[in-house]
Amino acid sequence: MEARQSQGASAAAGWEHFPHGADVGVRGFGPDRETALEQAALAMTAAICDPADVTPAETVDIECTATDDEFLLAEWLNALVYEMATRGMLFSRFRVTIVNHILNAEVSGEPIDVSRHQPAVEVKGATLTALEVRREESGRWVAQCVIDV
Amino acid sequence: MDTQLLEKLSDWRWRIPASGDMNVPGVLFADEALVSEMDHKVYEQVVNVAKLPGIVKASIAMPDAHWGYGFPIGGVAAFDPEAGGVVSAGGVGFDISCGVRTLTTGLTRADLKGREAALVDALFAAIPAGLGSRGDIRLNDREMERMLEGGAEWAVASGWGERADLERTEERGRMAGAVPEYISERARRRQRAEMGTLGSGNHYLEIQEVAAVHDRAAAGAFGVSEGEIVLSIHCGSRGLGHQIGTEYLKRMALAAPGHGIHLPDRELACAPLDSELGREYLGAMRAGINCALANRQILAHLARQAVNRVFPEARLSVVYDVSHNTCKEERHDVDGRGMRLFVHRKGATRAFGPGHRELPAEFRATGQPVLIGGSMGTASWILAGTQESESLAFSSACHGAGRAMSRRQATRQWRGRQVVDELAARGILIRSPSFRGVAEEAPGAYKDVGAVVEAAELAGLARKVARLTPVACVKG
Repeated sequence: MEARQSQGASAAAGWEHFPHGADVGVRGFGPDRETALEQAALAMTAAICDPADVTPAETVDIECTATDDEFLLAEWLNALVYEMATRGMLFSRFRVTIVNHILNAEVSGEPIDVSRHQPAVEVKGATLTALEVRREESGRWVAQCVIDV
Repeated sequence: MDTQLLEKLSDWRWRIPASGDMNVPGVLFADEALVSEMDHKVYEQVVNVAKLPGIVKASIAMPDAHWGYGFPIGGVAAFDPEAGGVVSAGGVGFDISCGVRTLTTGLTRADLKGREAALVDALFAAIPAGLGSRGDIRLNDREMERMLEGGAEWAVASGWGERADLERTEERGRMAGAVPEYISERARRRQRAEMGTLGSGNHYLEIQEVAAVHDRAAAGAFGVSEGEIVLSIHCGSRGLGHQIGTEYLKRMALAAPGHGIHLPDRELACAPLDSELGREYLGAMRAGINCALANRQILAHLARQAVNRVFPEARLSVVYDVSHNTCKEERHDVDGRGMRLFVHRKGATRAFGPGHRELPAEFRATGQPVLIGGSMGTASWILAGTQESESLAFSSACHGAGRAMSRRQATRQWRGRQVVDELAARGILIRSPSFRGVAEEAPGAYKDVGAVVEAAELAGLARKVARLTPVACVKG
């Protein structure tokens, strides 16, 4: 299982992939819900390429909303999938705020450079499989689901 | 999967008895080794599908079944609209109508000798492959609408291909009942630069040799002969299909309680066939099928041009074009009663047998070609549908090898460069924009397609016609 603590974030923030038969599970964690969702997005980028190779040169604003935290995670990842697909970009930096189930984000990245990024897969969408957003007893937030690649 | 949980009906057929909330039993077609290798999640998913309203006869898993989302990949389930049956966006999946098209070339392996690299390089240059690749085709709003209604028929009318291609495509190239107005602007925008692109992951265009013919009569009807070079394309409905799946999955999951449907797994999101949402999804999904049919038609045309640049004498003819991720309205015989059903095949192939009224005349005696993709280092297969499959599995068969390990495990085990070099040493040329992508798709990451095909044949779902071995592969 690939896992990484994100640089510059709190020690409790990071992401990992968890196994799924044909696809990839993405899991982000952090001290708050926003960080967990940011890290889940980073895990999704890592399913495609090494996020360290993606320069946060251009910023895109994203807004999405949902009835609960879990659908909000799916909406968030799917909004990123849409922006990646229509802009031809990859993203490596995510700044999320959530107020009343409305998520606003500034996401930064750059246009796909196939030879440099070596993208392995194209994310088709975030599934509702293994979809969870929860606060653990330790206070750590976890956000996860399987993405279809 | 623990076989103790199953009733063994034969060496190739197992049952999960209906219990609890299950409306029907589960049925798995596989030998003991394949069943044992299946993840327990396949068991859970077969059981969950059996709980959906209006399901008929059984929740079925093919020999290549593996853990999917909601439905197992390799899952088949039919629903009766007269009994509260449902249509499930999760049961179709994100890549609507992902499928395989195989074309004969009229070339032999000897014709290729020394020019394999020139051929695969020409194809790699002509076919946009991998994430971020964009085709030259841009559809305006009007053309997008026509594509969604017309499928491969639209593509041929627009100059990408030949009329004869349509006869050798499921639905004759155009899925009826498509309603483009149920497709969002976002889905259309995702497709704008993706017509005529291969995609990535397990999508490919492969040059193959017909290494062995097992059924000469069927091979003759399919136009396939031993030693011939064929070309297979595996891809689907691209961004448009993915976005339709994404949007309707959410809508159906949220609407399920209002429809009185308890979802054992949210990914099984579905709506009654007799509901506004169910009808909207069917209209959108059918337009998604047309997008996939149009896309494979365009790719086949681009491949034809590329092959002819290297081999002007080559004549590319479509063997058949099959779809894997669909829900189709079909008539089936259920215990002697003709029924109108909505058959979900998720990672499964329709496999109409001999005599089926929907098949082109040349396949009436043999059953339809069933195209099974393997990995880039092993083999692919052409099978034929059987009459027996109608009573066993609503005329369905397997679709591929299925993964034996996760992508992450594969990249830990292999480097892309190493996979390319090892395959080259065996005479198989790989072209891909991504070494990591190649490592994730390494032949060893897949199950033995031969065992899957053997099980499908022995179970009676389809019969072997020809085995194809890879010569070169453009990997997305």
